[in-house]
Amino acid sequence: MSNIESAHAVGGPQPSAGGRGAEGAAPSKWEAVIGIECHVELKTNSKMFCGCANEFGGEPNTKVCPVCLALPGALPVANRVAIEHMIAAGLAFDAQIPEFSKFDRKNYFYPDMPKDYQISQFDMPLTQGGVVRYWLEDGTMKECRLTRIHLEEDTGKSTHSGSGDGRIAGSSHSLIDFNRAGVPLMECVSEPEIHNADEAVGYLEALKRTFVQLGVSDVKMEEGSLRCDANVSIRPVGAKELGTKAEIKNMNSFRSVHRAIESEIARQIEIVESGGRVVQETRGWDEVTGTTHTMRSKEQAHDYRYFPDPDLVPVEVDRATVERIRKDMPELPPARFARYHCEFKLSVAQATQLVENAPLAEYFDACVNASKNAQQSVNFVLGDLSRLANESDTPVYESPVKPQHVAELITLVESNTINSKIAKELVGRMWKGEGAPKSIVEKEGLAQTSDPGAIDGFIDGVLAANEKSVADYKGGKTNVMGFLVGQVMKASRGKANPALVQERMKEKLT
Amino acid sequence: MNSQSTKRSILSLSSDKIDIRYVAKLARIALTDDEVQRFGQQLGDLLEHVNVISKLDTDSIPATAQVVESRNVEREDEVRPCLDRKTVLSMAPQAQGSFFRVPRIIAEDG
Amino acid sequence: MSTVERSGVDVARAVNAREISAREVTDATLGQIDAVDERLGAYLTRLHDMARAAADRVDARIAGGEKLAMAGVPVAVKDNMCLAGTRTTCGSKILENWIAPYTGTAVQRILDAGGIPVGKSNMDEFAMGSSCENSALLQTRNPLDLSRVPGGSSGGSAAAVSAHLAAVGLGSDTGGSIREPGAFCGVVGFKPTYGRVSRYGLIAFASSLDQIGPLTRTVEDAALAYDVMAGYDPMDSTSIDRPLEPTFSALRDDLRGKRIGIVKEFETGKLGAAIDAVYKQAYRDLEKLGAELIEVSLPTADYGLATYYLIAPAECSSNLARFDGVRYGLRVEGNDVGEMYEATRAAGFGPEVKRRILIGTYALSSGYYDAYYVKAQKVRTLIGDDFKKAFATCDLIACPAASSPAFVSGAKSDPYSMYLMDYYTIPMSLAGLPALSVPCGSVSVEGKSVPMGLQLCAPIFAERELLSAAHAYEKATMHYKNNKLDVSLHRAPTGNLV
Ligand SMILES: [Mg+2]
Ligand SMILES: [Zn+2]
Repeated sequence: MSNIESAHAVGGPQPSAGGRGAEGAAPSKWEAVIGIECHVELKTNSKMFCGCANEFGGEPNTKVCPVCLALPGALPVANRVAIEHMIAAGLAFDAQIPEFSKFDRKNYFYPDMPKDYQISQFDMPLTQGGVVRYWLEDGTMKECRLTRIHLEEDTGKSTHSGSGDGRIAGSSHSLIDFNRAGVPLMECVSEPEIHNADEAVGYLEALKRTFVQLGVSDVKMEEGSLRCDANVSIRPVGAKELGTKAEIKNMNSFRSVHRAIESEIARQIEIVESGGRVVQETRGWDEVTGTTHTMRSKEQAHDYRYFPDPDLVPVEVDRATVERIRKDMPELPPARFARYHCEFKLSVAQATQLVENAPLAEYFDACVNASKNAQQSVNFVLGDLSRLANESDTPVYESPVKPQHVAELITLVESNTINSKIAKELVGRMWKGEGAPKSIVEKEGLAQTSDPGAIDGFIDGVLAANEKSVADYKGGKTNVMGFLVGQVMKASRGKANPALVQERMKEKLT
Repeated sequence: MNSQSTKRSILSLSSDKIDIRYVAKLARIALTDDEVQRFGQQLGDLLEHVNVISKLDTDSIPATAQVVESRNVEREDEVRPCLDRKTVLSMAPQAQGSFFRVPRIIAEDG
Repeated sequence: MSTVERSGVDVARAVNAREISAREVTDATLGQIDAVDERLGAYLTRLHDMARAAADRVDARIAGGEKLAMAGVPVAVKDNMCLAGTRTTCGSKILENWIAPYTGTAVQRILDAGGIPVGKSNMDEFAMGSSCENSALLQTRNPLDLSRVPGGSSGGSAAAVSAHLAAVGLGSDTGGSIREPGAFCGVVGFKPTYGRVSRYGLIAFASSLDQIGPLTRTVEDAALAYDVMAGYDPMDSTSIDRPLEPTFSALRDDLRGKRIGIVKEFETGKLGAAIDAVYKQAYRDLEKLGAELIEVSLPTADYGLATYYLIAPAECSSNLARFDGVRYGLRVEGNDVGEMYEATRAAGFGPEVKRRILIGTYALSSGYYDAYYVKAQKVRTLIGDDFKKAFATCDLIACPAASSPAFVSGAKSDPYSMYLMDYYTIPMSLAGLPALSVPCGSVSVEGKSVPMGLQLCAPIFAERELLSAAHAYEKATMHYKNNKLDVSLHRAPTGNLV
């Protein structure tokens, strides 16, 4: 069954129309309209059109060959895995995968683009349409349609010198490293269906989670493997036509995307409300001042002279390949989130935490399968087990604690065979590799005792040894009860049923 | 974005003058006034000649971008050796350290 | 017959049989180059050291018992083909001092088969031209008449082979750049089916048209070099992954049972009485060999030139963008990158290259793309369809290889009159068909005989059929035997022909 279908079947909250109105950003009079273009580097061993390693960093200009350096006479040959990654990415968002696709040249000069054209896709991209389903912090499900995802190649990297701050403006020269040139890149273009900064970040997080889970990209913004631009405009609430947009660049974290969009919306509202007009331009985000500034004001229509790349042949995606890739796809974040949050009633935070860690989520699912208890499973998995994982640097799913162990433990707790204190101790011992909890309990007689005779025995002993506390209790200081129960638990080495101890103790003291 | 698909009758083209300075700007070639004159004339003449194809009815004819009919020519995702940096940088008109060096980039260039 | 006059097939046979060493052949060829190339200008770079080292390696391999298809065969490599460690200029100032750090596939296959690279041959800048006069670096003359051009763009290789400065010349053909210089210099010029020979390492002019092929004195030599170079290359997405039939072993001596199409629209009467007579005789000779002549029609071939002068420049405008002064080649400094680009490309490219980049940029630019570029691609389809129809009724097509014999240097100053030289070769290029020119006689101009070429063309992948027919024709007519080197090439300062 396709994951997309299961997302519908779960019947989670329906996406609501319109924005939630981030505080201060979009007061009721104005509605922001935002489209996002993302460039995401694909995770492959080699570059898009040559055999150079696709790795971040490294000594400058060491991962280059005649092809990616555009030496005279060199020719591109497409990377099979990159194309399959694109199909997987498209299917994940329910996009169409056309049967015929081709590569085109986008012609413009830039010093870190070796051929002075970029191999890209113009009118026949590998994926078309699709929808990104995401959720906000309060669990509201949202949707944003994709225009397309197309495949292209990355450029090299320029470092600007002489301006003092590494910026291009005022620089005297630039230094170029071509290691990144030719790395496969997917460009994801959204429809303008995002309405505030929270949604923008939610959308981006959904892309990131999905790509990471599919294994098509690492999506490390700090390494530049996800870069995004936002087209922002505002219009009066209820208006149909779009306002003049500004394109915001240079946002290098989700946090800066959030801040930049809020700042830009505020800027545009201020302009319009004071009688001005927003001009179409490209604006750069400045992390330090927290504002956007004009990068290119006179926006010239680019004349990219796209034409089919005669060095590459068309791609015909056969349906069997599509089906194979579809079949191999894991359950995707929106479906998983809906299942956890709506069906299992996990909190948004718990569900999100699991969704972002696919192997842990699979471990959790195995625990739920075995125990039929999602709440207890999530408590163990995200609680004691995750704490131990952090302390020991071993992921939960690689620890000696198997999902059947967790299920057994839950059964022991639910049947009142052990109390929560023993359960905690057992988790620690299982982590050290002591095996199934039931056998530990049996071997060491850790089972909780609910035998009234035995419990009375412990209570009598404790009351006899703590006359002062008994007197205090009878004098109205009922809060000593906790201390007395604790003493009984200690005396029973934790095995006494705490509820029963409480009950019997009360009887004896009154 | 898709200004390329602007429908235009080829018959109207013969009367068009090439804006040779605009084209040279796109192609990044500095032209002298003399060259603007000369190339303008020569390219105008050539366009007169090539306009003969406007006579052919091609409405139902598919375009041939390539004569080879191959599809899906792809390589396996395998890493192959790179050039060594010394060779790479020895070709550079100007290098600095391990980088290629270029004069300042004006933002509009992007 | 002197060593340098031996055919490639004969050299390879003799070297494999250890009758002569590759080193001896190489030294003789290098000596001939040193003796005459000052006046001929076939080579931009002579490769003495590399050639001798390659020859010694070949001799060692032969001594080790190997048999090599091109053992010791001296090869002229057109200067748009990368050969590691050699200057590879494309006949342009922008690459005047560029040393290729890698070797292209076709050249590598020649080297692996024992071929000896004796020099890098001159060419029209970036292969744009039909006379070699567009080389920014050197003037090449026609070895049969030094006042004339050798043709182009592979003029250096054609001249070298004609003057016995190599047995095999590698050329590239985009719209006629092998066939026309072959015809001008009285040698065989063969352009294979598009995609048969890898373009990896061939500096691109127009990617959908460029194809590497040999220039040789005999059809046998062309077949030999083709068999070595052809075949799928995983480095070139457009090279064809399809079994290759050896052509050399299939060469025949007659044309019995072959139907040869004579193109109605290519009536040679309009080329003048003398030229007309040469082609009429050639067609009769084909008939004498047993072929049946059939009239065929290529109604859209007349649009070939217009189509070509939109498609080829469009592709070239993009292919030549990389010559920007950043990574290699010429740089002319500027205050910023934009100025640097514009100054570099203004100084580095010659006028013909600039013209083609400009027309191609225009044809792809906003508002003109559909009317020019897409329209031309559609006409390209029509031209291909015409050939398919013609080949339903014939096995081969015969026609002129160029619009005229070799002309006097400087005679064609108007770009369009130069473009017209390729009128007969361009349609085949647009259709991707294999075609060759083979010497078919000469006309007498001012007391000198100037050679002419017969073009034969076959359906795609029918190289075997094509070379076989050319071989039969050549064997029956032997026109290349009448080639006489210009007398001033005999007055070598260092002695006579070796
Ligand atoms: Mg892009
Ligand atoms: Zn590379």
